[in-house]
Amino acid sequence: MKKQKKLAGLQKRKAIAGYIFILPFIIGFLAFLVKPLFQSLYMSFCEVQLSGKGITNVFLGWGNYNEALTVDVNYTRFVTETFTKMCINALAIMVFSFFVALILNQKFKGRALVRAVFFLPVIISSGVVLGIEYNNALLSSVQDVIEKEGAGTGISDAIKNILMTSGVGSRLFEEVFKIIDGIYDVAISSGIQIIIFLSGLQTISSSMYEAAAIEGCTAWESLWKITFPMVSSLFLVNWIYSIIDFSMRSDNSVMSHVSMTMGAYLDYGLASAMAWCYFLVIIVFIGITSLLISKGVYYYE
Amino acid sequence: MSKTNTAKLSLKERNRLYWERNRKSNGYLLKKSMKKASVSICRFILLFGMCFLILQPILNKISISFMAEGDLYDPMIVSIPEHVTAANYKLAATFMHYGETLFNSFIISLTIAIIQIAMSTLVGYGFARFEFPFKKFWFACVMLVIIIPPQTISTALHLHFTYFDIFGLIKLFTGGTISLRGSVLPYYLMSLGCMGLKNGLYIFMIRQFFRTIPKELEEAAYVDGCGTLKTFVKIMLPDAKPILTSCFLFSFVWQWTDGFYSKLFLGSIPLLSTKVTTIGDQLSQYMLVDLKAGAGASIGYTNAIVATGTLMTIVPLIVLYLFAQKGFVESLSSSGIKM
Repeated sequence: MKKQKKLAGLQKRKAIAGYIFILPFIIGFLAFLVKPLFQSLYMSFCEVQLSGKGITNVFLGWGNYNEALTVDVNYTRFVTETFTKMCINALAIMVFSFFVALILNQKFKGRALVRAVFFLPVIISSGVVLGIEYNNALLSSVQDVIEKEGAGTGISDAIKNILMTSGVGSRLFEEVFKIIDGIYDVAISSGIQIIIFLSGLQTISSSMYEAAAIEGCTAWESLWKITFPMVSSLFLVNWIYSIIDFSMRSDNSVMSHVSMTMGAYLDYGLASAMAWCYFLVIIVFIGITSLLISKGVYYYE
Repeated sequence: MSKTNTAKLSLKERNRLYWERNRKSNGYLLKKSMKKASVSICRFILLFGMCFLILQPILNKISISFMAEGDLYDPMIVSIPEHVTAANYKLAATFMHYGETLFNSFIISLTIAIIQIAMSTLVGYGFARFEFPFKKFWFACVMLVIIIPPQTISTALHLHFTYFDIFGLIKLFTGGTISLRGSVLPYYLMSLGCMGLKNGLYIFMIRQFFRTIPKELEEAAYVDGCGTLKTFVKIMLPDAKPILTSCFLFSFVWQWTDGFYSKLFLGSIPLLSTKVTTIGDQLSQYMLVDLKAGAGASIGYTNAIVATGTLMTIVPLIVLYLFAQKGFVESLSSSGIKM
C-alpha cells in the first residue's frame, strides 16, 4: 500500500514537471493564439472602427462574409484559383519529391553535392525572396512578350503541339502541361519533402530487398511491394506539409488580398472574414484528404 | 585471383580478363555492365538538368549583377558581362542601407532563433518524456499552431499590440494603453510563448527526437540521483545537439527571409527582408528625382538592381549553408519524422 502511494507521488511529480516544461507553450498558446483567434472571429462579424483611444466593434452579423463572398469581385476567384493551384502543385510535389528521393537513395558519385543543391531552395527561396521572383510585375510583362514572340519554338511547345494535334489535348493534359511548364516551382518547393522521403527510404533494411530479389522479385516489383508501403506514412506527412506550406506562402493571391484589405483599406472586419473563410477551406480539405490517405497507410511494426 | 591483384594489372590485362569472364558467363556480364552504364548516364542527365534548373536563377542573378546598364540590352551578351562593374552593388547597397540592415537582420534573426529554439526544446522535451493529464489535448494544440495560417490571426494581433494591455493593468495605472507596434518587444514575447514563425514545427521535430532516447537512460540517471532538471541538462541536451543545431539553422534562415512577421511587428526596424522588396520603387524614385531622367528606370535596369539586391540578401545565407550544410540535412533525416 505504501509503495503504491509512493509511486503515485512520483507520477504526480512527473506530471507537474511535465506541465512546467510545457508552460511556455500553454501561456503563449492562450495569449497569442486563442485570444487573437477568437478576437478575429468576433471581428469578422463586426464593423471595426479605429480611433486614437481604442477599437470599437459594431456588430454586423454575416455582413462581412456576405461582402467577401458575394460583393468582392476578386476574393472568390482568388480562393478558387489558389485552391486548384494548391491541389495540383501538392500532387506534383509529392510525385517529384518521391522520384528524386528514389534517385538520391542510390549510390553514385557526387550524391552529397546533388542533395545539397536540391535542398538549397529551402534556404534561399523562402519568404520574401520568393515573393520578389514572382511579384515583379514589370518582369512578367516582359516575359509575356517573350513568350508570345517565341510561341511554338520551344521543345516543350513542339511536343505540346504534336500531342494536341494527335487528339489527346483534353483538359487533363492542359494541367499536365502547366505542371511541366512550372517545374521550377515544384522543384524549389520540394526540398523538405525530399529529405523526409529520403530519411524514410534509408530506414528500410536492405535485407528485405535481398530476400525479395532471391525470391525472384524484380526491382520494379519491389518498388511497389516494399518501398511504397514502407514509406506510405510519409506520404501523409508530406501531403499535409505541402498544403500548409503552399497555403501560407505570403505570395499567394488570397494572402496578399487579405493583407491589402487590412493595410490599405483598414477594413479589419472584412479582412478577418476573408482569412477565416480561407482557413476553413484549407482545414476542411486537409481533414478530408488526410483521412482518405491515412486509410491507405501501411504501418510496419 | 583476389581483388587487389586485379587492380595492379595493366589496362590491357584487365580488358582481357573482362572479356574472358564475359565469355564464361555467356555474355551476361557485358549485358549487365551496359545496363548499369546506361542507368548511370540517364541518372546523370536527369540530375544535371534538375540541378541546373534550381541553380540557374542564382547564376543568372550573379551574372546580371555585374553587368553595366549597356550590357543588359546588348544582344551579343548572354551571361558573361563585357563591362564588369560593381556599380549595381553600390547602388543596391545605398538603397538598402546595407551595413545597417545587415546588422539588424543578423541580430534579430540570431536572438529570435535562440529564444525560439530554447523554448521549443523545453516544450518538446516536456511532450516527449513526461506523462501528464491532457497531454494529447495540448499536443493537438501544437498541431493546431502548425496548421493555422498566421494571416488568420494577423488582424487581431495587429490590434492587440497596437492597444497593448495586460489584463487591464496598464490602463489601471496610466489611464491608457500602450502601443507596441514598431517595437521589437511583441515579437520577442511571442517567441517566448512559442508562437513565432513556424514554431510549432520545431516543437514537433524536437519532440520527435527526444522520443527516440531510451527510457532506461532516464531511469539510470534517476537511480544515480539526478533530478528532473539535472537529467534534462546533463543527459538529454548533449544528445540532442544535432537536432537543436538543425532547428536553430532553420529558425535563423526562415527568420532572415521572413516578410510577414517582419512587416507586422518590426516595421520601423530596417531589415533586409523588408528593404529588399522596396528596391524597385526606390530605384525609379532615384532616377526621377536625383538623376532627373524623365522616364524613370527601365525594366531591364530595375531587374538588374533588384537581382543584385536579392543576391546581397541571400549571400549570407548561402555562406552559412556552405559551412553548415550537414547541420541542415543530416539531423533532419536522422530525426525520422513519422506520424
